[in-house]
Amino acid sequence: MPQFMLKKTHIALIIPCFNESKNIKELFENIQAISIENVNITPIFVNDCSTDNTLEVIRSLNCTFLDLPVNLGIGGAVQCGYKYAYRNNFDIAIQVDGDGQHDPKELHKIINPIIRNNADVVIGSRFITKEGFQSSFTRRLGINYFKWLNKQLVQIQITDSTSGFRALNKTALKLVNSYYPDDYPEPEAIILFKMNNLNIQEVPVLMKERLNGVSSISPIKSIYYMVKVTLGIIFMYLKLKKS
Amino acid sequence: MNIHFKIQFISVIISFLFLIFIGRLIIKGKLREEYSFAWLFCTVLLVILSLWRNGLELIAKTLDINYPPALLFLGAILMILIFLLHLSIVNSKQHQQIKHLAQEIAIMKKKNQI
Repeated sequence: MPQFMLKKTHIALIIPCFNESKNIKELFENIQAISIENVNITPIFVNDCSTDNTLEVIRSLNCTFLDLPVNLGIGGAVQCGYKYAYRNNFDIAIQVDGDGQHDPKELHKIINPIIRNNADVVIGSRFITKEGFQSSFTRRLGINYFKWLNKQLVQIQITDSTSGFRALNKTALKLVNSYYPDDYPEPEAIILFKMNNLNIQEVPVLMKERLNGVSSISPIKSIYYMVKVTLGIIFMYLKLKKS
Repeated sequence: MNIHFKIQFISVIISFLFLIFIGRLIIKGKLREEYSFAWLFCTVLLVILSLWRNGLELIAKTLDINYPPALLFLGAILMILIFLLHLSIVNSKQHQQIKHLAQEIAIMKKKNQI
């Protein structure tokens, strides 16, 4: 079969942005610089009702973007992108955080298992090879706790359950199109995927320290985060177990 | 006796005014019927208790409650808790609906750009 007849894989890069005006331009340029054979990458910015000039910056980039009329938080913004990707028939959707922690050069690592049909969901983990930015001690403590909790409930080992750098195939997209957790969705979504019998795979990636701005989880909020996510995980588990 | 009559008169008047107020809100469409059940039920109960003076004492006695107003407080607090929970459920449902509407609007805005 001649090369040009090979079907291209269409990938949607979903970038949720809340007050990330300083980071997006560089991220967009980094995305444009990558080229992977037989893969067509479309960045989709989701502006979560930013209060700074994020929307103007996105507009000036001449790219695909979704502009939310009210602030929904990260889960709602990402789900909006997933819905768009699902309805527009993308083969793979990848969440990339707008703060520049996720390096677009690492993309091929998380799409390969899906292209080879080995997985429905691929999570990029910084803790498998323990290279690159390793996050703070307290954050790692929390991640280890979620690792333990996930193992107890659904018997899978996810080393980086708070990682937002993940790729979903069409089957997974169909699922998140109808339901996706709200506030801090990443650890909860793992239970959602696993309990719906999706094949989850973790691959090592390098992450960078965020460029500008502050993380969405401040130290004061971290206890609330732990409690909220624990409840979310347990209730998600009970809900799906029943149905 | 006189004092008892005074307070009964006042509570009957207030209960009836409240009932009329709830009724007017429903008629004007400011209170949806599904949310008005709890309110109507509470007000009717209030009217009954204020008219039937010995009712509270009688019910308390059959339940072995020494201090009848305690029954009133218990009942009122339970009703408030149930109603608050009901409001939280309504609130969560609306939260969900608003989220989906916002996402649809964002996707439709994108369609209109092209």
